[in-house]
Amino acid sequence: MTAPRLLIVDDEAPARARLRNLLDDIAGELPTSVVVEAADGIDALEKIDDVAIDVALVDIRMPRMDGIELARHLSSRDPAPAVIFVTAYDQYAVKAFELSAVDYLLKPVKAVRLADALRKLARSSPPAAAIKAAAETIQPGGRRQLRSLERGKVLLVPVADILYLKAELKYVTARTREREFLLEESLAQLEGEFAARFLRIHRNCLVARDAIAGFERDHETADEPESTEPRWALILRDIDDRLPVSRRQWPQVKAILNQ
Amino acid sequence: MASIGENGLASLFPAGSPRLPDFRNLGTWLRVLLAVNAMALVAVLVRARGWAGVPAEFAQLAAVVEPATLCGLLLLGAMRSRLVAMSTAMAAAVVVVIAALAGMVFAALLMPLNPIQSQPWWHAGFWAALAAGILLAWFDLAARAHAPAVTEARLMALTARIRPHFLFNSLNAVLGVMRADPRRAEQALEELAELFRVLMQDNRELVPLSAEIALARQYLDLERLRLGDRLQVRWEIATCPPDALVPPLMLQPLIENAVYHGIEPLAGAGEVTIVLSRRQERVLIDIANPVLEAGQGGHQAGNRMALANIRERLLLFFDLEASLATDLADGRYRVRIELPYRRGASS
Repeated sequence: MTAPRLLIVDDEAPARARLRNLLDDIAGELPTSVVVEAADGIDALEKIDDVAIDVALVDIRMPRMDGIELARHLSSRDPAPAVIFVTAYDQYAVKAFELSAVDYLLKPVKAVRLADALRKLARSSPPAAAIKAAAETIQPGGRRQLRSLERGKVLLVPVADILYLKAELKYVTARTREREFLLEESLAQLEGEFAARFLRIHRNCLVARDAIAGFERDHETADEPESTEPRWALILRDIDDRLPVSRRQWPQVKAILNQ
Repeated sequence: MASIGENGLASLFPAGSPRLPDFRNLGTWLRVLLAVNAMALVAVLVRARGWAGVPAEFAQLAAVVEPATLCGLLLLGAMRSRLVAMSTAMAAAVVVVIAALAGMVFAALLMPLNPIQSQPWWHAGFWAALAAGILLAWFDLAARAHAPAVTEARLMALTARIRPHFLFNSLNAVLGVMRADPRRAEQALEELAELFRVLMQDNRELVPLSAEIALARQYLDLERLRLGDRLQVRWEIATCPPDALVPPLMLQPLIENAVYHGIEPLAGAGEVTIVLSRRQERVLIDIANPVLEAGQGGHQAGNRMALANIRERLLLFFDLEASLATDLADGRYRVRIELPYRRGASS
């Protein structure tokens, strides 16, 4: 087996140094290679964009993007790295990790515990779903931001700004008031994570519930001459886009709009 | 924990309103029953014409007094949460009314059964209300006799807090620099020991501001080990009287809050400003930190608790002469404390 490739994320330089020292100490028994070090979640996502990672050691409390949010992004990668959380003192999070069988280290980190955690991963790493479940317990409501790639640069789109998500060929586009972003995720996965926020109105479209301003007859159904029933489209606040509702989804959508 | 502020205030003013006993406490019940029976015995003795009739009369009176008292106590016990929510005067009035009602109801029910007692039933209401009033006053006096001890215990408990987040992160940071910079690690451990010595000592006396400043500097030095250049500190203490007496461990928790809420969530560097000054016979303390527009909601609870702690101690030491205020303006969160300038004995 080759040495696992590690990502270390902590906003405090001495804390990263401590982990490196300990990894060196146990390298005889458990060889590893630290391929990326980052100071917070966003820094990490930018640095690992085209780097393969097997294990991520992730501090929880960090500026810009904390460890819980980062773990959600990591778990959405393919293949998803195993995540070991590191925390100084967060009883609530620790409880969630234990319930989901996700491993964690307490600061000050000890070599024995670190070796244990890595050995456990070598036997069987917890599925990405377990990490997502723990994250959902600690911070309900899914990710706060979605990752978008644009000419090799990582952009983060706040979920709260997204008006609708549309599947087009290979990608999903996220529409905000200002513009569109390309996401590398499936619509089904997004629907599962953000069920409370987005509503499916079409095989290829999820719309933010609070972005819906109303609905009207869809005028673009001329290509379906055989259809006799009226088709409907949603009107959104802030933008002029009209989103057709599929016949299959219309009863559910209507029920929710009438509430 | 949430009501610590209100309870503290009530215990602060010795001349304040009376406090009610806990009606679900067995000790309260025992005292009330004993006192009521003693009063009944006195009443019987006063009225009796000879010793011979006393036991029988007392038994007859007890037959009314006992169920009335127990019934009243049961009712008050059931109502405790509502009583606590009322103002003390209102609650005391309710207690007196319930006692009077219980007395009248049982007198009306049970008096006709024994022909010797000839008083009309509403007399019982008057005596029950009087007894309840006397007992309330007595409970209040007893509570006040205990108050200084309670206050002192609370003061000690209040000062003995430290954020575990800081302790474990600092120890981790010391271990992190141990190999690369053993001297820095040594210095950090010395500072940590010093900080804990102050945290754990008997913090019941006011201390000179200079000692608080020294402690705060040591604390900031430890934080700088973890946070590096992200932590910028500006001290303005030119006009501050170093001999002014302040509550112990006041400055450090405020600065710790500023670092935890203001600097740690920032990606870049941020500045904590600490301004200590004197205006005539007042000492002014002003601590400010940058505030992130988003994401500060989650930490507010811890911040409020630390502030409530300091506010309570200011009250304990200075009564109404000291004040603590916070405000949020121009992207900075600010805590201002004003206290009277009391000079230390030495220097």
